[in-house]
Amino acid sequence: MLAAAHAAASTDFFLVYLANIIMQVQLNTIHKQFGSLVANDEISVLFEPGRIYGLLGENGAGKSTLMKILSGYQRPDRGEILLGGAPQHFASPRQALAAGVGMLYQEPLDVPVFTVLENYLLGRAAGGESPRQAARALEALAQRYGFDIDPHEHTSELSMGERQQLELLRLLAGGAQVLILDEPTTGISAEQKDILFASMRTLAREEGKTLILVSHKLDEVQELCDYAFVLRKGRLVGGLPLPCPNQQLVSLMFDELAPRPARRQLGQHAPALSLQSVQVHTGRLELEPVSLQLQAGQVLGLAGLEGSGQELLLRACAGLLPLSGGSLLLGGESQPDWNYPLARQHGVAYLAAGRLEEGLVAGLTLTEHMALVSHTHGLLVDWPQNRKLAEQHISTYQVVGQPESYIENLSGGNQQRFLFAMLPQNLKLILMEHPTRGLDIRSTDWIWEQLDQRRAQGTAILFVSADLDEIAARSDQIAVFSGGRLLRSLPAAETSADELGHLIGGAL
Amino acid sequence: MSRLERIWPLLPGLAALLVTTLLLLAMGTSPIDAYGAMWQGAFGTSARVYSVLAFLVPLLLAASGLLLTFKAGLWNIGIEGQIIMGAIAASWVALRVELPAGLQIPMELAAAMAGGALWAALAGLLKTRGGVHEIFGGLALNNLAILFTNYLIAGPWQPPEGGSFRGTQPFGAHALLPLFENSRLSLLSLVLAVLAFAGVALLLTNSHWGLRLKALGQNARSAFLLGVSSDRELLLAMALCGALAGLGGGVRVLSWFDSLRQSISGGIGYLALMVVLLAGFRLALTPLVAFFFSAVLNGSITLQLRTQLHSALGDILTGVLVLLVLLFGNYARVRRAFRRNRSSENG
Repeated sequence: MLAAAHAAASTDFFLVYLANIIMQVQLNTIHKQFGSLVANDEISVLFEPGRIYGLLGENGAGKSTLMKILSGYQRPDRGEILLGGAPQHFASPRQALAAGVGMLYQEPLDVPVFTVLENYLLGRAAGGESPRQAARALEALAQRYGFDIDPHEHTSELSMGERQQLELLRLLAGGAQVLILDEPTTGISAEQKDILFASMRTLAREEGKTLILVSHKLDEVQELCDYAFVLRKGRLVGGLPLPCPNQQLVSLMFDELAPRPARRQLGQHAPALSLQSVQVHTGRLELEPVSLQLQAGQVLGLAGLEGSGQELLLRACAGLLPLSGGSLLLGGESQPDWNYPLARQHGVAYLAAGRLEEGLVAGLTLTEHMALVSHTHGLLVDWPQNRKLAEQHISTYQVVGQPESYIENLSGGNQQRFLFAMLPQNLKLILMEHPTRGLDIRSTDWIWEQLDQRRAQGTAILFVSADLDEIAARSDQIAVFSGGRLLRSLPAAETSADELGHLIGGAL
Repeated sequence: MSRLERIWPLLPGLAALLVTTLLLLAMGTSPIDAYGAMWQGAFGTSARVYSVLAFLVPLLLAASGLLLTFKAGLWNIGIEGQIIMGAIAASWVALRVELPAGLQIPMELAAAMAGGALWAALAGLLKTRGGVHEIFGGLALNNLAILFTNYLIAGPWQPPEGGSFRGTQPFGAHALLPLFENSRLSLLSLVLAVLAFAGVALLLTNSHWGLRLKALGQNARSAFLLGVSSDRELLLAMALCGALAGLGGGVRVLSWFDSLRQSISGGIGYLALMVVLLAGFRLALTPLVAFFFSAVLNGSITLQLRTQLHSALGDILTGVLVLLVLLFGNYARVRRAFRRNRSSENG
């Protein structure tokens, strides 16, 4: 017994030793440019096995690009990738994985109609494994890292956190020695985050794998990582052993950071939105009758685990889902035939979480976007005028990009800024899904400053967020959803993120 | 764009020429003679040049329309039926309506455009209201249009001397487009086709509507959320494409032929689809490719008379060309595949 354990330990030791030789990752003078935008400017870093690295930087600093290059998703213009000293030329993520580098994207790359098992087997060479054996292997692997997933469930039924676990297992089964996790904690529950972090520690400390956490959340990086590299504007500006004072990291990440202004109460006594026993039904979930009031200038935050019904309510308010019961009043007026074009006409704006899926058009430049939403009625586009408009918005909204840049080449934070730039003036109501998901502190503060200005003009705001701190800090009123039901509606002043967490978790 | 990228679209053309040449050599024919005969067939006499241009007119009209629908992300396979319905509508006016001289032809052309637009709008409605993909709706409508032609020729519009499956009786001279120097070319139709192409080019590059089509084609969901009324724009794009195709059909009955025939389009719609695909949806290349097709197909008709070769040589040349362009025409894709090969050899 003891001998077996000893043998296991020494095999582990041997594996760690082997991994040390094989899997040292070296990036040498990586350079990548999109048009005139330099995403990576001669970046050189070294990642040692058995350690967890944090890759920090604000939106558009070049973190995602660098990691996409390392994982074979993009090719560098110049520079080289060395694995254990051997130069690599990845032409695809598949080749990178075959060499031992796997990346977990913000949006997992699974196929929703497949089962967990089918997704797990996807892209692997057909072996002699029977489906039952594969299912057993998957369960064993999941158990080892404390994941709880059912091989036969459909992926579309999984939460974001579970999809992430599945993807992680797929990468590990594919032979990943280097794991890159891009903002893995956005959109997953606190419990799933704990499981994820525990598994990451196991992978690094016990199995000698190299882990790279791409994040802008300092607390998480401090909690988990051994060392942090900081990027700013495409350059590597420093590396620090962790933990270290947050201020050191912040000063590396940002030129200067303005203090967050105190929150103003802006509620006016004019009704903006009123929901009376609103019901929404979809194939997946039925939202039980909800009644809520929102005054002009007020912020209403909708909290709850993903898929608890708050997203349905938001989409119904935007006119994207039909009400199956109850009524919706905008500015005190009943709207029996509510739909999205009507909502736009009435000064309601909707910003979805998936910016390039629902909001921006990949393949169009910033100037073309401006022309698309401009309300001139002429037949022909005034290109010089729209270019000037794009330039104005770029400087007003501090977008990193050119009028001729294709929107998909901007970073997430800059895409969000540009979406804000395109919002019409004098809106009655702004509806948002995860308005700051994936954004850094500065972009987040900036977005809410913009929203505060809108509130001062009387715009009401209704938003869904998985970030309870954001909900507690930014809302006037908070509505908590669970399992398709409005659990409670309470003033933000009387609660905290902790209490919200308990409410959502059903601890009440 | 590198220099190689710029000239890339020409390479599959040269390769197709090479393959056809090898084919000719294998059959023991002199390629120089064959191509010479083809050239003579297309450009040998001024009459033949007019014939090439006359064939080009409906092809360019249909291809111009397709530039719009492709931009909106639509596969308007129904274009063949839209050409036929344009021909039928023009024939109806030519056979049944007697108007003053200055009105007769404009009325026929307007009817042709309306007929094509209606047929296209039907495919569009099937898509936006009925959820029927435009490819399937279009194919069904193509067949219906062919059946309708056959019914008209054999039934209500049969010549007085008795029904045949060949065509209706020739239209009166007043109803036909004036022809240029005894050819099948109507200068008016050529001017209209050039104007149509220029109009489409202007719409696509500089109009708000063209931009909306582009947004719809790239990402319909985002375009809708940005306020583009997707159903309306898609229907409009279909109708406008159908109107241009219908005009092409009208030109076919009013100048290329002089009556409604059984295969009035003869596949010009499908040919136009190939033209736009080969041009890579690029505005400037579309008329060039259309002209090339027109020249090759017309040139190969006389080929058989000059050499012992079948006129199918033109079809072979264009067929090989289509295959090669689809395989290698996309520069970025070819480069990616090439690099992948090279890196896997190294690695």
